[in-house]
Amino acid sequence: MIVPFGHVLILSGILFFMGAACAMARRNLIMILIGVEIMLNAAGIAFVASSLRWGALAGQGFVLFIMAAAASEVALGLALIIYLRRRTGSVNGDDYDAMKG
Amino acid sequence: MTIYSIIFYLLALIIIASTAMAISRPRLVHAVVYLAVSFFTTALLFYLLGAPFLAAMEVIIYAGAVMVMFLFMIMTSNLEEGRRAKKRKFSLRPWGFAVFFSALSLLLLTVLMWAGPDHGLPLKPAMAPLLGFGAYIFREFWFPVEVVSLLLFVALVGALYLGRGKSPGNNGDSAREAS
Repeated sequence: MIVPFGHVLILSGILFFMGAACAMARRNLIMILIGVEIMLNAAGIAFVASSLRWGALAGQGFVLFIMAAAASEVALGLALIIYLRRRTGSVNGDDYDAMKG
Repeated sequence: MTIYSIIFYLLALIIIASTAMAISRPRLVHAVVYLAVSFFTTALLFYLLGAPFLAAMEVIIYAGAVMVMFLFMIMTSNLEEGRRAKKRKFSLRPWGFAVFFSALSLLLLTVLMWAGPDHGLPLKPAMAPLLGFGAYIFREFWFPVEVVSLLLFVALVGALYLGRGKSPGNNGDSAREAS
């Protein structure tokens, strides 16, 4: 016997909203990406707990796809940040307020 | 209160504390290292919840590949905002609304969980068999696996295209504007 299912979901919710607060409050583009990573990880925890709760393997399979999506998102996001920094010399999210950089 | 429960609450404490440190550090390198601690602990949590393959994947992909990529990007291309970031005091102003809305949503989520039908149902320890998990993925999800491989390939091509440097034969607009 581990813990009630609700406790795992609440842990996942706390992590998700920490990631959301990080993505909303921080100005650095890298920190926004880190916030998105924390949110995806929290979703993974919820999926694994649900997989254990209902005894179905589909939840664990979905976490595999979440990880693939997170990895490709980070690769593209970091490449975009490097590209933008080469163009404009800034990594502050507030500086990007025009459509034509 | 079994040994599993104690381990779970300890892991949850470590995950929440290291994530809180990660999102509040002004220096990027400190944030990434705290986040790596959080991901390692999440891998232990996955193992506790009966997903040994996902625990290994969490260590390899998240704590390994993603965090190393962040660290190399930060260290090689000087993405910090100079020394200003270190001297600047931790300012609460941008956090006000973010924390307020996040806490409100979290409160609603907790109330929703508590009102739900099975919040008090304890989970039973179980372990997904490795061989069965792999066979299950390729039997039931063969098409999503192909789609994910295409997604990874497109991400690879996109990252190479965006990150290409200046070369003599390359006279695109990005190369001209970067110089």
